[in-house]
Amino acid sequence: MVRVTHWLTVISFIALLISGGEIVISHPRFYWGETGNVNMRPLFTLHIPSSRGTVPTGYGYVMEDQNGWSRALHFEAAWLLVITALVYGIASLVTGHFRRNIFPARAQRTWRALRGVIGRYLHRAPADAAEAHSYNAVQRMAYAAVIFVLFPLVIWTGLALSPAFNSAFPWFVDVLGGRQSARTLHFFVSGFLVIFLIVHVTMVALGGFWSRMRAMITGRVVLPRALRQKGQV
Amino acid sequence: MSIISRRKLIAGGVAATAGLAGLAVADRMARRYGLIPPDRGGCYGPGETLDYAAQRILTRHSQAREFPRSMISKSPFANAIEPYTDVFKRMQVDGFRDWRLAVDGMVARPGTFSVADLRSLAMRSQITEVVCEEGWSYIAEWIGTPLHELLREVGALPQARYVAYFSIESDTWDSIDMADAHHPQTLLTWGMNDGDLPAPFGGPLRMRVPRQLGYKSVKFINKLTVTDSMKNFGKGMGSIQPEYGYAWYAGI
Repeated sequence: MVRVTHWLTVISFIALLISGGEIVISHPRFYWGETGNVNMRPLFTLHIPSSRGTVPTGYGYVMEDQNGWSRALHFEAAWLLVITALVYGIASLVTGHFRRNIFPARAQRTWRALRGVIGRYLHRAPADAAEAHSYNAVQRMAYAAVIFVLFPLVIWTGLALSPAFNSAFPWFVDVLGGRQSARTLHFFVSGFLVIFLIVHVTMVALGGFWSRMRAMITGRVVLPRALRQKGQV
Repeated sequence: MSIISRRKLIAGGVAATAGLAGLAVADRMARRYGLIPPDRGGCYGPGETLDYAAQRILTRHSQAREFPRSMISKSPFANAIEPYTDVFKRMQVDGFRDWRLAVDGMVARPGTFSVADLRSLAMRSQITEVVCEEGWSYIAEWIGTPLHELLREVGALPQARYVAYFSIESDTWDSIDMADAHHPQTLLTWGMNDGDLPAPFGGPLRMRVPRQLGYKSVKFINKLTVTDSMKNFGKGMGSIQPEYGYAWYAGI
């Protein structure tokens, strides 16, 4: 279940990232508050060309409009993400996956434990046998932040951009400080998720890309020979 | 690896059958309660249908957010429009006295209405946000005649399911379902911020559908058709927008 939902999340996240990037190109300016348009001062601007001639970018050309399929793909992938998240969340509560593998265990909730893991990362020391079957303190905190903070926030700020959804639940966008604030937050939370993705894939690569990938796809862990010979399992 | 047991096979078969039956029931219910959009085809059809069905269930009677007068945008953005045609410019010189809205289709009393006719019919003003699918927005006061008042005036038939609306601009038209057509905030808009609706913002007459994105608020409206099916309009997808890849339903 964890593996299937992980890969469904990968598919939907990549689709959301590509389509979201396309949509940003049609208005690469960000604002704070309720309203924002080209006649208003932006909070910041991405210095990229735009797919709309009405946006002043300083570039002498207008990119092709890709918003039609991008929007459709964005929402379809969002449905996949939300349904996957519901299945994962409910199943994890039932099976105790959150308790066993995601919430840092008591011994892992100390600065010492964190320092230990980070120290080992910095020395490029090999992982111990326990990490082959569950996550260490740093992993748990990173995964918990992604599962319980970043993904809920990115779904929330995304829904707060829907005018119809906001008509039914106005507080959803109001507590974020307005529509444009929600859009800017949606962009930043997505950015944090991309940073997580980069670090996550880098760590997998450092941990031995193919053996990790095999474990994440089949669920079978093949320990490095050194660990097996010491009989730590 | 063990071979799949008979028990698992039976359980899987029962689950698959139940799943298929569930989908069939969901499809029938969705059709019955009007939760399937006209542009349901293609690889994005399931997503569009889920968007529309979920939002219709949640928002059938919800009101778009209204704002205090102090939040009206000092610098609204009209967006780009096609250059005005000579016919349009001639009517503009006359203050759009000759502008007519033709209403036909499934109505008891088809007719044509000038902006003055609409004004005398009913009036409502509201301060709502225009939200563009590109990301930008502004707030303005919109003054107009609620569409449901006009539908009552022409006697829209109970079997009507959509109201299609057409712009004087060529190939510019859209439609909404009856939940939006009867919604009190859906306005045939002729005024903005205490004045006439300026032409760049869609004057003399614009459909404002504030619970959906800006592209559903078509400018320069001169024809309405009440219908029970969008099949015979354009390519049958409810709007010109799906022909460019955009969704008919734009609540998100």
